[in-house]
Amino acid sequence: MDAKTIIAKRVAQEFKDGYVVNLGIGIPTLAADYLPNSVNVILQSENGFLGLIPLNGPAHADLVNAGGKPVSMMPGGAVFDSAMSFAIIRGGHVDVTVLGALEVDQEGNLANWMVPGKVVPGMGGAMDLVSGAKKVIIAMEHTAKDGKPKILKKCTLPLTGKCVVNFIITNLCLFEVTLAGLILLETAPGVTVDEVRAHTAAEFVIGPHVCTMPIV
Amino acid sequence: MNQTIDARCVGYLATNTREFLSEEKLEASGYSSDKVKLEADMSKITTIEQALEFMQDNMTVMIGGFLGVGTPERLVDALVIKGTKNLIVIANDTAMPDKGIGKLVVSRQLKKAIVSHIGTNSETGRQMNAGELEVELIPQGTLAEQIRAGGAGLGGILTPTGLGTIVAEGKDVITVDGKEFLLEKPLKADVALIKAHTVDTAGNLLFYRSARNFNPLMAMAAKVVIVEAENIVEVGQIDPDQVITPGIFIDWIIQG
Repeated sequence: MDAKTIIAKRVAQEFKDGYVVNLGIGIPTLAADYLPNSVNVILQSENGFLGLIPLNGPAHADLVNAGGKPVSMMPGGAVFDSAMSFAIIRGGHVDVTVLGALEVDQEGNLANWMVPGKVVPGMGGAMDLVSGAKKVIIAMEHTAKDGKPKILKKCTLPLTGKCVVNFIITNLCLFEVTLAGLILLETAPGVTVDEVRAHTAAEFVIGPHVCTMPIV
Repeated sequence: MNQTIDARCVGYLATNTREFLSEEKLEASGYSSDKVKLEADMSKITTIEQALEFMQDNMTVMIGGFLGVGTPERLVDALVIKGTKNLIVIANDTAMPDKGIGKLVVSRQLKKAIVSHIGTNSETGRQMNAGELEVELIPQGTLAEQIRAGGAGLGGILTPTGLGTIVAEGKDVITVDGKEFLLEKPLKADVALIKAHTVDTAGNLLFYRSARNFNPLMAMAAKVVIVEAENIVEVGQIDPDQVITPGIFIDWIIQG
């Protein structure tokens, strides 16, 4: 199983039936592919609708996801303007948002929108999502492409949100972010605690019942 | 411009009140019944050239759309041809170089972009880094509420979004019941260019799917609002319960 599949499968297990979920671009979007049959979630798209499903018919130029890609809507979906969309997001009506990260730290700070000196894409809806969603899950590969840790004692890049992250799910492990810092709850199949430690710059506590991620 | 707006007012009075005012009252207020009938026939429908006569250099313009979806492309194309310069554009993003607002970036008609995202248009990033274009990045939900506040007569909004980030730099932090919020001020514009699916001749708007986005908000926040619609229908053909944006916000209609 490749890194992205491990992450996406584990993230999908955090969704409960009836949840309103907003998925970021990339690995987070893959999570929707691994929902158990018994779990139905309502996907919110920041550009203004509830009930997003993968494209299941002819594409229409006026129905796209937040990345501009054609999608479809399920029966019972609803369309609204950007103020309503972000009232849903900011107002605590989204149960879970799943986002990627450039850096995340042991206080739950998140940096995922700009690298000084490089072309800055902009924060889009990310700052609103982390400030308003009931649960913020960071789904990302454990280290950067060059092997450098992305889970740090303190973020070095400009923040997207301060003390906003609840869970970090990577191809190596699952951390819960608490007021006492990071707690290691699960390791990916075949991964040891020492391996997690070797690739993590943040301090973390090993949870009392660390187990292997329940993914197949 | 004043003349045109006066004419608009007359058209509005005529189309909206003629059923409720007696001819005597209308004549007393200076309108003969013939004149009312004439004015009532006046439509908000106009040509793209006439609509864009409102656009002048240095104006602030709101343009609807999300990555070009829900952007009035005909109006943007005509604005590129017209060549209006030094515009401040308020929009969600700068789309792509060959789509929507991106075309105005490529033709160098903007001096400033107030947006939440520029990542899909490399030309915006290049001009920003070269110091040729000022870009103010705003969280998308904050931007939507600032525009709504501009149209709703509010002095600003209080949001938790951006606290503890560079977005908060230089802004007032207001504490309400022990919780901190950023004060974000309203945004208004000289002109809004918006896109609708269907409009009736009174300006009532319907939108289609995710092409709605910022359009209804911008329709409320600009002095002159020009809508480009795919379908133009007669008054009465849109059920009032279905109207998303009331026609009073719309000044001019052009066929999309």
